[in-house]
Amino acid sequence: MSAATLFGICAALLIGLGLYGLIASPNPLRKILAFNFVGSGVFLLLGSIARRGAAAGMGGDPVPQALLITGIVVAFSATALAVALLLRLAAVTGSATLAEVQPAQVHEHADGA
Amino acid sequence: MQFLSNEAQTTPGGLLLALVVLLPFIGLLIGFALGAANTRRVAVATMTLGLSLAIAIAFSLLQADASLVYLLGGWAPPLGVALRADGISVAMLLTVAVVVCGIGIYARADFAMPSGAPEARAPFAFWLLLLAVWGSLNLVFVSGDLFTLYVALELLTFSGVPLVCLDGRGDTLRAALRYLLFALAGSLLYLLGAVLLYGAYGTLDIALLGAAVRPETITWVVLALMTCGLLAKTALFPLHIWLPPAHAGAPAAASAVLSALVIKGSWFLLIRLWFDVMPGAVTLSAAQLLGALGAIAIVAGSVVALQQVRLKLLVAYSTVAQIGYLFLMFPLAFDAASNSLLAGTALTGGVLQGISHATAKASMFMAAGLVYAALGHDRIAELAGVARAMPVTMLAFVLSGVALMGILPSGAWLAKKLLLDAASDSGQTWLTVVLQGGALFTAGYVILVLTNALRRPAGALTLAKRVSPVSEYAALALALCSLLLALAAVVPLPVQLPSAAVTVKDLTTMVLVLLGGALLAQGLSARPLFGSATAETGEAMGLQRLTAGVGAAFGQIDLVTRRWAVASINLIMLSILFFATLILGANS
Repeated sequence: MSAATLFGICAALLIGLGLYGLIASPNPLRKILAFNFVGSGVFLLLGSIARRGAAAGMGGDPVPQALLITGIVVAFSATALAVALLLRLAAVTGSATLAEVQPAQVHEHADGA
Repeated sequence: MQFLSNEAQTTPGGLLLALVVLLPFIGLLIGFALGAANTRRVAVATMTLGLSLAIAIAFSLLQADASLVYLLGGWAPPLGVALRADGISVAMLLTVAVVVCGIGIYARADFAMPSGAPEARAPFAFWLLLLAVWGSLNLVFVSGDLFTLYVALELLTFSGVPLVCLDGRGDTLRAALRYLLFALAGSLLYLLGAVLLYGAYGTLDIALLGAAVRPETITWVVLALMTCGLLAKTALFPLHIWLPPAHAGAPAAASAVLSALVIKGSWFLLIRLWFDVMPGAVTLSAAQLLGALGAIAIVAGSVVALQQVRLKLLVAYSTVAQIGYLFLMFPLAFDAASNSLLAGTALTGGVLQGISHATAKASMFMAAGLVYAALGHDRIAELAGVARAMPVTMLAFVLSGVALMGILPSGAWLAKKLLLDAASDSGQTWLTVVLQGGALFTAGYVILVLTNALRRPAGALTLAKRVSPVSEYAALALALCSLLLALAAVVPLPVQLPSAAVTVKDLTTMVLVLLGGALLAQGLSARPLFGSATAETGEAMGLQRLTAGVGAAFGQIDLVTRRWAVASINLIMLSILFFATLILGANS
């Protein structure tokens, strides 16, 4: 098994774990962490693609590496924004849950009419 | 129509593309540096400049008669990054510039800096975010590279999300966080697709990929992943988890930005992906799946919209339905002879539909916001007397409704005509039914609001607040823009127009749509149009009970699909489904 394949499998594992967390964990902070898991998996995949596509005499294809850096910056900003929103949500409502309060009109519709 | 060319040098006028992206961001930085007292002034100056830039780009495109290209730093793809603009991108650039200016005029009163107060956060943030949304959208329209598009899409999300929670209430913060997290899940799928695509073909440049992509397994995986990621960001039913609370909870001007503009970014990218990057790898069944999702969105979104008791939620669910319309062009553009997607009548119709929706929906949210501001609430059942008190606002609402219905005389009517033409050409008659039926539903909720607003109030109607007439006319102007798009029929369009412009059939359709809409509104709305609310509790007729049951069932479906776990599983299931339709469709 070559190094690139090994890293590819690791990337797939990370993406799978992250996706599971994104779907299954009810806690928003865990969702944000899971998002970073998937992100890391995708970046690892990009890294191994860069390695695989290396020209003779070079360590790696430079274009994916440039994309990688940009991707990490974007993922970092996304995480910062999400955490800031979560903190604000917790400060305002006293709870940090994503579950929607049942829309009022459903009850109104059921009782009233 | 000019297609993206693979030209490896900057064309005359190419520099304008870089400027149109940079300008809003420069405005944003200046506005940020000068502080809250000057933000609005900077925003207005930027809008004036930006609109003139968009017009200049349109002129140079018409003059050059080929797509505009700008190579950043003079580096040609695949190593460098190119900005490109064809007919569709310039049309979208212009639309967004007009709508942003309209929203700017509307919001002048709402987001004015309160005199005396040293700093106010909401106006400061609103004007800067509006510029950020604009700049990111411009980048989406002119980027020629899938990774730049990823960054542009993320910028768009990051500037859209805070717009949801401008007022800082708990439920809007929750809506914003849900929006952000689901959009991030979507963008990860998109990014994963882009990475795999680079691994397979060694470039992310759209023009180079368009020539290189072959119909094979990796391409289908990528197409399925990227499509579903973009659908999550566009909020196509059943992935609309974040849209209703986010769009209904935001201040009216922000809702207009989110509903009219922000969702168009990922939608436009989907067009690029299907028509420019992988037209040959697409199968008819995959395109039909996209069209079917659109049809489901129209029905589900409209029925739930009719159930709403609040005007802003009604308009938000109408967006869920209208997004469905934007996806009907994909199966219609499929050419069976060449087994690929062709940019022709259907694409023109679809883009025209998108432009028409951008202007009309902005206007509709503005009108709803004005009603809310004037009454202090937006309960549809208590709108009696509003039409008399705020005639300009109601006129804007109804005209934008007409534009959304696609009946005479509106831009969407022309769009629908083009799509119907494509439907009869390609023999996909089920889409004709969807196109005509969708208009019924739209007519239904517009009539529902109108009859309530026209009712005679029980007592004198007291307005909580006088709304700015400038804002009312801004809403009306955007609705009129949407109607005036029908004039595109007389200017040279890139495709052959349907033979006779206005026929008796169009007029009959119009009457039928209005009548059918009234029936639907009577049957499905939470409160019937005719007869008083008290009479209905006594004897509910069989038919009424049936329609009420249908309405309640769709309400439940909506609640279930908007649960986080269900929505994210739907996201994954849809990716698999798209992959299946691609691989099976190609092998059969």
